[in-house]
Amino acid sequence: MERVPLERKVLSENDRVAADLRARFQEHGVLCLNIISSPGSGKTSLLERTLEALPKHERVAVLTGDIQTENDADRLKRFQFPVKQITTGGTCHLDARMIERHLEDWKLEELDLLFIENVGNLVCPSSYDLGESAKIVVLSVTEGEDKPLKYPSIFFKSDLMVLSKVDLLPYVPFDIAAAAENARKVHPGMEIVKVSCLTGKGLHEWMMWLQERRRAHKWLVKTAG
Amino acid sequence: MHEMGIANSVLDGVRIEMSRYPGSYPCKVGVRVGQMAALDPDALRFCFEAMIQETDLASLELAIEVCPRRHHCSGCGHDFIVEDYDFSCPQCSSLVTTCISGDELELAYLEVEEYGTSTAGAKSTE
Repeated sequence: MERVPLERKVLSENDRVAADLRARFQEHGVLCLNIISSPGSGKTSLLERTLEALPKHERVAVLTGDIQTENDADRLKRFQFPVKQITTGGTCHLDARMIERHLEDWKLEELDLLFIENVGNLVCPSSYDLGESAKIVVLSVTEGEDKPLKYPSIFFKSDLMVLSKVDLLPYVPFDIAAAAENARKVHPGMEIVKVSCLTGKGLHEWMMWLQERRRAHKWLVKTAG
Repeated sequence: MHEMGIANSVLDGVRIEMSRYPGSYPCKVGVRVGQMAALDPDALRFCFEAMIQETDLASLELAIEVCPRRHHCSGCGHDFIVEDYDFSCPQCSSLVTTCISGDELELAYLEVEEYGTSTAGAKSTE
């Protein structure tokens, strides 16, 4: 019997494709953000409000993932930015190959910002690198404030937590301070913005975060190039 | 949920490695799963066993090592296992510590045996 050390990642093939995507995004100065949450936390609503707020000349595109239907793409296409639906047909997450395939007929040099809306799932998408610059996790106030402790992986790997549906706070027993504390237990120093896509509250802070990220990314690309 | 895909990737890794060992078969594959890897070891084992049934890898054993979250203390340099999200250094109580491991999802090793040296393995490849 011989024991052979392997010492490589189980998802090395996905990671290889993701690294390739990341290099292409970097080359063309595209900031790619991977948005993850449970089903129904408000990823699509956040993107709707974001696309609505962005000037029409902005070079922005969205890939949106779901198991079935083109519904999310239909919702997002109203804003005249390029949007493509990825239907996984049963798979509970997006992987790097799906992103690569769906980017085939888009020219990256014509983009500055790419949003990926992952399949609604707080577990599996956290294992798959899509070549993004950052993951963003959305948690709505109708969920439990202990979710960061129950699903630590995604909160650990995300740069930003968007607390959504804050207009419902008067009606639900959600402790916003405890949610923030739990998120920072898993991910010390994690950035948090609180938004309501219905009333628009907090969207300014989200857009500021986005703007700051875009500025930092542009600078990074410039200094690297 | 995605354990089926992960099990498939483990088997892909085994097959790729085995192409370097003609005349041998794999007995055991070691996988490291971090506590923060969002992967259930029991579900992974279930999927793995379902996938190898009635294949040339039917006798392959899966060994899962669950790895805890570990932090490194910037103050005194101590590395420690984090329990109950307490990130303070047990040696010097510093709160300035950084995560160094705990989200592994890695193929650690493969045990291979030459055909004819064990009846169990030879049987499964007939």
